Amino acid sequence: MLTKTLLSLGNSGINFITGAGRAGMLLLGALKPSGRGVKFFPLLVKQLYVVGVQSLVIIVIAGLFIGMVLSLQGYSLLVGFGAEQSLGQMVALSLLRELGPVVSALLFAGRAGSALTAEIGLMKATEQLSSLEMMAIDPMHQIIAPRFWAGLISLPLLSAIFSAFGILGGHLVGVDWLGVDTGAFWAIMQASVDWNQDIATGLLKSMVFAVVITWIALHKGYDAVPTSEGISKATTSTVVTASLAVLGLDFILTALMFS
Amino acid sequence: MNLSDNIIEISDLSFKREDRIIYNDINLKVPRGKVTAIMGPSGIGKTTLLRLIGGQLLPNSGKILFNDENIVTASRKSLFKMRRKMGMLFQSGALFTEMSVFDNVAFPIREHTKLPESIINKVVLMKLEAVGLRGAAQLFPAELSGGMARRAALARSIALDPELIMYDEPFAGQDPISMAVIVRLIRELNDALGLTSIVVSHDVEEVLSIADYVYIIANQTVIAQGTPQQLRQEKSEQVIQFMEGRPDGPVPFHFPHQDYKKEMCNNVD
Ligand SMILES: Nc1ncnc2c1ncn2[C@@H]1O[C@H](COP(=O)(O)OP(=O)(O)OP(=O)(O)O)[C@@H](O)[C@H]1O
Ligand SMILES: [Mg+2]
Repeated sequence: MLTKTLLSLGNSGINFITGAGRAGMLLLGALKPSGRGVKFFPLLVKQLYVVGVQSLVIIVIAGLFIGMVLSLQGYSLLVGFGAEQSLGQMVALSLLRELGPVVSALLFAGRAGSALTAEIGLMKATEQLSSLEMMAIDPMHQIIAPRFWAGLISLPLLSAIFSAFGILGGHLVGVDWLGVDTGAFWAIMQASVDWNQDIATGLLKSMVFAVVITWIALHKGYDAVPTSEGISKATTSTVVTASLAVLGLDFILTALMFS
Repeated sequence: MNLSDNIIEISDLSFKREDRIIYNDINLKVPRGKVTAIMGPSGIGKTTLLRLIGGQLLPNSGKILFNDENIVTASRKSLFKMRRKMGMLFQSGALFTEMSVFDNVAFPIREHTKLPESIINKVVLMKLEAVGLRGAAQLFPAELSGGMARRAALARSIALDPELIMYDEPFAGQDPISMAVIVRLIRELNDALGLTSIVVSHDVEEVLSIADYVYIIANQTVIAQGTPQQLRQEKSEQVIQFMEGRPDGPVPFHFPHQDYKKEMCNNVD
């Protein structure tokens, strides 16, 4: 009984370590885009479109709604103190520091991360990766690296767009609907948002999230059991793991940055 | 450089999947410029053998020489260099789903040569014409039938005129006409371009009609080999059973398992 438990513990330990090792190798391979030379750029552009541009609509809509809700909630809170003029500041800071990077990362994990895992898992199951290898083309360079870099570039930009549309949504509700003074809304926001404190930290967060999500998604796809069940499991696991990783890392990063 | 007569020489190769032994000290040679067939029951490890030759799987022990260079111990770089001289038709076809048939065939040419598009265009159309799919050039893999997809994959695997082509079940899912076309194509490619071909197949008649040399694999090793004529005269029961497709005999039809009767009785408690 005890030996059995120990054995299974040891086994899962070994599995975890080999899995981590493979994930590490994958990251190394992905970070080296030079493998494809000039042919890397068309591949990257295509993935920027698939991973980035195609996530744009959901990011814009989500940003608008989050901004609108923030504005509604904030107004009812601030108006009690007669401080509704600061609504712009509140909306902008919440978005830039927290909600922009985090919510867009969660959406990105659900939209782009799951798609990456499924796509690569399917390529593995249909032997497309093997057949690249047999053509003497490294799938790391052809498939993994362009997707990795596309994720890395896309998410910070998407976060910025998310925050911008969130502020727009906040303005829509706060100024156009609830009647906060538009001059005060923008002026107090501008005066209180600091480049280093607010914008750079948000950007840094979303860069970290981008690495983590794309890495998890690619690794889960590349390591998937090449069956339909294996792929669907890997896809789910990508969304769950990446989302939890984003939330956990957000806490750690916030603690490091603001304390 | 003076190359040996065999493009592939496999010696004392053993390979295990988890605890199951697939190959036990198998020896096999593929003569240069010839069509070599590998036959054997389903699940015996024919695809595995091709993957071992392609360096996609590593054996537990033994050597695989490709042009006198050991694939097993080769560095990744020299392995890739060797693979450029190999073509492989995968059992599933393995076409790139996001590209048209034309681009699939053009892909290895674009990757490994600096030919201008106008020439690539001609080469691709020639290859597609050879497999009867010139009209399907602009279709996507999802729009092809199973048999068409394998022919498109075949066109892709011969796109670069490799030194060695490995065909995994080239005849599966083909009607009699395209089957005959493919049989002829394999033979013609082999002879006209001086390639070497390895054909893995169950279709005994087709294989015997094109192969120069045949290996029959079973029980983790080679159980018979020779020219088609020699094999037709083979007296060994195993060989006769396989060639005539009889279910009873020394070659097990079933995946290794505990005794059938015993298992059935176990469940009647
Ligand atoms: N990825 C894998 N993991 C574990 N076992 C495998 C794997 N692929 C194949 N096998 C096992 O290895 C054995 C040989 O498989 P292989 O695909 O080489 O057979 P085959 O001779 O090509 O069969 P067929 O004629 O049906 O294509 C099979 O019994 C199979 O169970
Ligand atoms: Mg097979």
